[in-house]
This record gives sequence, structure tokens and C-alpha cells, in this order.
Amino acid sequence: MTTGTAETTATEGMTASQAALEAVFDAAVAADERIEPRDWMPDAYRAGLVRQIAQHAHSEIIGMQPEANWITRAPSLRRKAILMAKVQDEAGHGLYLYSAAETLGTSRDELLDKLHSGRQKYSSIFNYPTLTWADVGAIGWLVDGAAITNQVPLCRCSYGPYARAMVRVCKEESFHQRQGYEALLALSRGTEAQHAMAQDAVDRWWWPSLMMFGPPDDESTHSAQAMAWKIKRHSNDELRQRFVDIAAPQAESLGLTLPDPDLKWNEERGHYDFGPIDWDEFWNVLKGNGPCNEQRLSKRRKAHEDGAWVREAAAAYAGKHDGRHGNDNHGRDDAHGRHDEQHTHTHGEAGA
Amino acid sequence: MTARTTTGDAGATTVPAATLALGDDALVLAQRLGEWAGGAPVLEEEVALANIALDLLGQARVLLSLVGDEDELAYLREERAFRNCQLVEQPNGDFAHTIARQLYFSTYQHLLYRRLAAGDSPLAGLAAKAVKEVAYHQDHAEHWTLRLGDGTEESHRRMQAACDALWRYTGELFQPLDGLDLDTEAMERAWLDSVTAVLGRATLTVPPGPRTGAWSAGAGRQGLHTESFGRMLAEMQHLHRSHPGASW
Repeated sequence: MTTGTAETTATEGMTASQAALEAVFDAAVAADERIEPRDWMPDAYRAGLVRQIAQHAHSEIIGMQPEANWITRAPSLRRKAILMAKVQDEAGHGLYLYSAAETLGTSRDELLDKLHSGRQKYSSIFNYPTLTWADVGAIGWLVDGAAITNQVPLCRCSYGPYARAMVRVCKEESFHQRQGYEALLALSRGTEAQHAMAQDAVDRWWWPSLMMFGPPDDESTHSAQAMAWKIKRHSNDELRQRFVDIAAPQAESLGLTLPDPDLKWNEERGHYDFGPIDWDEFWNVLKGNGPCNEQRLSKRRKAHEDGAWVREAAAAYAGKHDGRHGNDNHGRDDAHGRHDEQHTHTHGEAGA
Repeated sequence: MTARTTTGDAGATTVPAATLALGDDALVLAQRLGEWAGGAPVLEEEVALANIALDLLGQARVLLSLVGDEDELAYLREERAFRNCQLVEQPNGDFAHTIARQLYFSTYQHLLYRRLAAGDSPLAGLAAKAVKEVAYHQDHAEHWTLRLGDGTEESHRRMQAACDALWRYTGELFQPLDGLDLDTEAMERAWLDSVTAVLGRATLTVPPGPRTGAWSAGAGRQGLHTESFGRMLAEMQHLHRSHPGASW
């Protein structure tokens, strides 16, 4: 789409042009066109997007921790390779998403600073611990499964760079979800101890996964405006129901039970009914009282602080050699390109 | 170690005894690099370090599978049965130590795989594929050596300390490898030339100390390791060993 740019805004009379720009913006959103970085957009639209994309990016990088917890202990080399590739993907998702936020004029440094100082959040699900190997499978199946349910509609989000990043993220997430399911299946069909490990993990991750869709619709503060702007396309409760409807039969195929005595198919509604969610726990974890809030944030801050001298060195080197090497962005570009190559390779193998 | 003979319908293929040592090198360094996940100094390096680890893990799986069952070899051997060089088992330390270890090792591995790829040993096919991966690992390590060596005062000091500390583990790399016909002296000269040139460009000094410790020449290849290696293996193996016979 093409609407006025920032320059036009500055040269025209504020009130009239503001209204005109807003009309063009509204029409574009109504027509399901994509808003692009140089297009005019309401300040609140920009701020809402930055908040959402930042929270998503932060979730990707904090979300590396609970799974990285098992990389060194993965029980087979094949599982180790799959898990490493998955955690690497999450770093890659963090990169795409911070880049998407940059198109809205907010730098990665600024967002990381807000994460580290607690002014911006990440998904509360990562404040739960990964206590056994089966948790890696449960995260893949349930947490990534819930994430996909949330994120697939974002591929049609009105903001172009976010929507395009999400197309790529969702492709990878669906691989993650399958590997989680497959890892749990191996455990469920394995020894008695392995089966028990899988069941225990599902028991612990089920309810927090349902909380990932956010508070019930009548308590969700950001939802209405986000839906009007087509940043969000379905309500929290709709998406939660969609997830339960997918997961319940999958649990049966896995030979595992879900820890909800009220879970049962409702023929009339054409959906599964499920029991009440403990929203006190949700708000409590969100406020910082989850099992790992402090641990996750400290580890992230420590990695950032420990890495400061490395980033300073890279900047100093680039300053000294600017133009001489013309390749100071090397690590970044190269890592990216190679990431794709690796991806195809590892995923192919994992799918075999 | 004796070479393992596999019989297939195309006849018997003997893999060189050193296959295990090369597989162990790749496995152990992949394990160390995997410890970085979630703790790298910048997001791009999360991706890059994981990439290198995945390449090495892929190489290890191919090499170990030529010798036997990859998981039995990785998870059920005791410390003294591992044949990796001591360099790769050295703890990550700070980012400078990780980069120095990678520079020394990837420069060596690149020289080794280039030669294996050009030869006619059963490892030629693997080496031909791996040499491309390793060229990137070396390039990555060289670029970071330049940035850290020629970056700030602090990064220079840290990088020099890392290069010095790991120098004593580099002599072992050029011990002859059982069953592989390699001119290790020529490889060692090429390695020294390459590393010396990179350190020079990075304004770093070639460490003055010896390239072997008092009893470390060839020690890893003979199953003698450093103390931290046992802990690394304990972490790597404990889950697999806790469930004997289980499939994952």
C-alpha cells in the first residue's frame, strides 16, 4: 500500500492531514492490505506493535533457556542434534523479530534494555522449570503447539514485516511441535520409567500451556484495539478452545492423559469442554512469583553483561577498520545464511 | 585401537583406527559448544556457535557410526576410552577462550580434512563434505580473533591470555593418526604458518611457551585426559546411563 510518509505529515496542516492519513490507513486495514514501515500509522498502532513484537522476541530468547538446560544431557546424539537445532531456531526467531521491531524505529538494544530492566515481559510459560528430559518433549508438543495456534493468524497480521517474519517462524515452529510429539511418543511407548516421565511432564505443562493464550476475553486489556487493527484476528478464548480441540485427541494417540477431569467432547458445541483455569497462578507468575522468573532474567542479564566486552571489541574493531575490510557485519550475515543451510539439513534428518 | 571391519555385500571395508579419535574430537567439541546455548555475547553468536556445534555433531555421528553404534560409543565409554585430543575438551572459559580453541582446532581440522578429502581412505567422502563446514568454522574463528585481538584493550588482553593458555594443547594435534597416511610434519608447518599469520594480523603475539605440556604429547589420543573432561562426560552420559537399554 502507499500512504503518506513522515515527510508529508510534516509539510501539511496537522489536523486535516492527520484525518486524511488516518482515513487512508483505516481503509488499507479494512481492505486487508499490508501496512509497511514507511507508511503512515497511528502512534498507538506503532506502540502496540512494538510492545507485542518485543514481547514475542523476548520470549524467543528467554525460551532458549529451559530447553538449552537439556542440550548437554540429551539422551541420544540424534536427540541432541534435534534439540540444538531447535534452540538455534529460537535464536533465529529472536533475530527476525527484533529486526521487525527495528522497522518500527525501535532498536534491539533498546528492547533488550527494557527486557533486562523488567519493563517489558516475555511469555510466562518460560518461568516454569524443565525438570526432566520429557519436559523437552512436552514443551515441543504443548508449548510450541499453543504458540503455533497463536501465531498462525499473525501471518495475516496487518503489519507487513511482522506478518512475513511470522510465516517463517510458523514453518519452523510446526517442525518443533512435531519433534516434541515424536519425542513424547518414544517415551510413552518406552520403558515404564520413560512413560511415567512423559506423563509427569504433560501433567505439569498442560495448564500453563492453556494460560499462554492470555486472560479470558473479558479481562484482556489489549485485545479489542488489536483486533480492530487486524494485528490480532481471534480472541484469546477462541484460540484456547482451538488448541484444546487439537491437543485432546493427540494426547490419546500419545497414550497419555491430560490432567483435567472435566475434559470431554461436547457433541452439541462441537468442541471439547475443559475445566476452570487457575488464573491466580497465572497472575502470580506474571507478577514475578513463578518458579524461574528470577533465574531466567538473571541468566539473560548475566549473558548480556558478560558479553559486553565482546560487543565493545567488535564495535572498536569495526571503527578502526571501517572501509578497509568492508566485512564487519560478517558474523551476522554469515550466521544467518548458514543458519538456513543448516536448517534444511537438520530438519531433513530429524524428519526421517 | 584396532580397526573395525564391516562386511557388506560389496565386500569388506576397513575403517582406519583413527576414525574413533576424529569422531571423538568432533563430539567433544560439539558438547562444549552446546554449553554456550542461551549464554552467548550476542544473538548472532547464539546462531553461529550452535551452527558450528551442529556441524561437528553431524561429523561425529558419521564417524562414530563407521566404528560402531554411535550412542553406545558416546554414552557408554569411560573417560579413558575416549581418544579425542585434549584441546577440544578444554572448558569454554570466556568467549576469547572459546574462540582461541576454535581457531586452533578448526585450522587443524581444515588441513586434515582437506588432505583426507584428496586421498582414498574410507573417510574421503565424509571429509569432502566436512571440509566446507570446517572452512566456515575457521573463517568464523579468524574473524573473531581479529576483532578481539585488535578490538579494545580488554579484548586484546583476554584474547592473548586465551591463546597463551591453550597453546600447550596444540602440539598433540600433529601426532601421527593410526591408519591414516598423513604428512603430519607438513600439516604442522602449515598450521603454524596459518595461525601465526592470523595472530599477527590480530596484533597478538605468538605464545612463547612450548606446544606440549610435560606429559601431554599425544596423551588424549591414548586416553589420558584433563580433569574437567570427566565432569563433562558425567553430565553428557548420566541420563542415557540411568535407563539401560531404553530407546529415545
